[in-house]
Amino acid sequence: MIQVENLRKEFGTKTAVDGVSFSVQKGEVLGFLGPNGAGKSTTMRMVTGYFRPTSGQIRVGGVDMLENPEEAKRSIGYLPENAPLYSDMTVGSFLGFCAELRGLRGAARDKAIDRVLETCFLESVRNQSVDTLSKGYKHRTCFAQSIIHDPDVLILDEPTDGLDPNQKHEVRNLIKRMGENKAIVFSTHILEEVEAACSRAIIIDRGKVVADGTPAELKQRGNAVVRVVIKGAAGGSIRAEIEKINGVHQIEPGLSSDEQFSGRVLVTKGRKSADIAREIFGLASGQKWQLEELHQDEGKLDEIFRSITRSDTAV
Amino acid sequence: MNSKDIQSIWSVFKREFLAYFNSPVLYVIVVIFLLASQGFAFLFGRFLESDNASLTQSFFFWHPWIYIVLAPAVGMRLWSEEQRLGTIELLMTMPISPWHAIIGKFKAAALVWLIALLLTFPIVLTVFYLGSPDRGPILTGYIASYLYALGCLSVTSAVSAFTRSQVVCFIVSVAVCILLTLIGYPGIIDWFVKSLPASLEGGVRFVGYLSFMDHFYEMSKGVFVFRDVLYFLSVIAAGLMLTGLALRSKRA
Ligand SMILES: Nc1ncnc2c1ncn2[C@@H]1O[C@H](COP(=O)(O)OP(=O)(O)O)[C@@H](O)[C@H]1O
Ligand SMILES: [Mg+2]
Repeated sequence: MIQVENLRKEFGTKTAVDGVSFSVQKGEVLGFLGPNGAGKSTTMRMVTGYFRPTSGQIRVGGVDMLENPEEAKRSIGYLPENAPLYSDMTVGSFLGFCAELRGLRGAARDKAIDRVLETCFLESVRNQSVDTLSKGYKHRTCFAQSIIHDPDVLILDEPTDGLDPNQKHEVRNLIKRMGENKAIVFSTHILEEVEAACSRAIIIDRGKVVADGTPAELKQRGNAVVRVVIKGAAGGSIRAEIEKINGVHQIEPGLSSDEQFSGRVLVTKGRKSADIAREIFGLASGQKWQLEELHQDEGKLDEIFRSITRSDTAV
Repeated sequence: MNSKDIQSIWSVFKREFLAYFNSPVLYVIVVIFLLASQGFAFLFGRFLESDNASLTQSFFFWHPWIYIVLAPAVGMRLWSEEQRLGTIELLMTMPISPWHAIIGKFKAAALVWLIALLLTFPIVLTVFYLGSPDRGPILTGYIASYLYALGCLSVTSAVSAFTRSQVVCFIVSVAVCILLTLIGYPGIIDWFVKSLPASLEGGVRFVGYLSFMDHFYEMSKGVFVFRDVLYFLSVIAAGLMLTGLALRSKRA
């Protein structure tokens, strides 16, 4: 449904998006991950036809966005970042306005409004002014706008931003449910959301795609981790012993002292964290150290995220 | 223009006009306009003393000065507010042409002025009560006045596309409208002609010809010249065109 090829966007001399390609089929939910300023919103604005790309190709539902924007926009529902709304309208009239611009008139329009009010749990605020809504309701109102014409393609820019945990959960479930018969792209910087809702994820950093795969595939790109706390010797010497174990990739020390070592042991790719944990256990009992904590983690998305992206605050 | 275009324009127009209607803007502007236009007419225009029962000198004469301030006050929210709220991103990703939105919004602001102008009817009734005026000049006066308002509005529409701040839009629009008015003011033109070398007279007169005032003045005297109407229509078209270009450049 969505095909994006070699998308580039320059603002002056700054390249915000640099050769991004991806495609999304019906029934797929694509998670768009990346630190702030990575170019997620800019990419989405180009796909929805708001920004004109510096170069590249966008096809939505088989229609070229650059050649035939009005037609291509028809099949897209879009939730912009920060969920903008006309502050002087009521929820009902706002949705009515959006429905009309989508070509829904008369009874079809009223039916569409009723449907999205129900889907997004907005019936109680139908006649309330948008201005007086709480943030969660505002967000859901803008979300409702994006599905008013039951589009084949949904583009959601940080759909769970600023919601409380219950609302986040609801929105995630909604995305997952709708993803069964739509092509959905949503951006986030919350990694658990990707695991919860996405069938595939793209990590983008400084305008470039740095990883692309299912959440499970992405996890395998990272190192498994064994967290340990060991007492009974100087931290430095415990660390030195652990480093000698075959299959230990790297050690990130935590709080260590003269009689304790604590830290995270990164496992070499391809080795199982369980094996390393067993070896550490053996080492500790051989040395008569007290093993206070031994915990294995599979590769975590945020580890991978951290290891392959650099936030804009980093030097 | 097919029916889909008309419906898109109508939807945008309706929303925008309701925004005026549901906010104090419409009422405040209309009331101030009525007070100012009638006030000027009676206080400075010596409306009651002038014995020729016409509205040209006393009533329409003051309208440009009122529009200079009030038209930007009506138009400043057109695109600035849209950019401040971020709703422009919604509007521009809808399956409509940007021109639908530009025209729909402009029409809503234009309707505000139509209402304001129509509500000045008591003064027309008064002239008819006091004497038997020529109908022609009154009609052309109203047309000229309305076109003037729309000219200022189209300037404001263009300026509002450049900024997300209504205040900035208001100040810049007022300045541009003053400029476009003053460069055609007979006294000012004469002053320039006198103080500049004679060889530049043609240039000065040409610049004066481009001003709102030049065209307004002729029409408000009752000379309905197609050329002047065309002039204002071109100004409006240019203003809306510039609005479109500014919006497009922001998305480029
Ligand atoms: N309209 C714009 N003009 C200039 N620079 C912009 C504009 N929009 C975004 N940028 C820049 O492009 C980069 C990517 O921004 P954005 O796409 O918003 O990132 P993200 O959504 O991933 O946080 C940022 O460095 C931002 O400053
Ligand atoms: Mg963003």
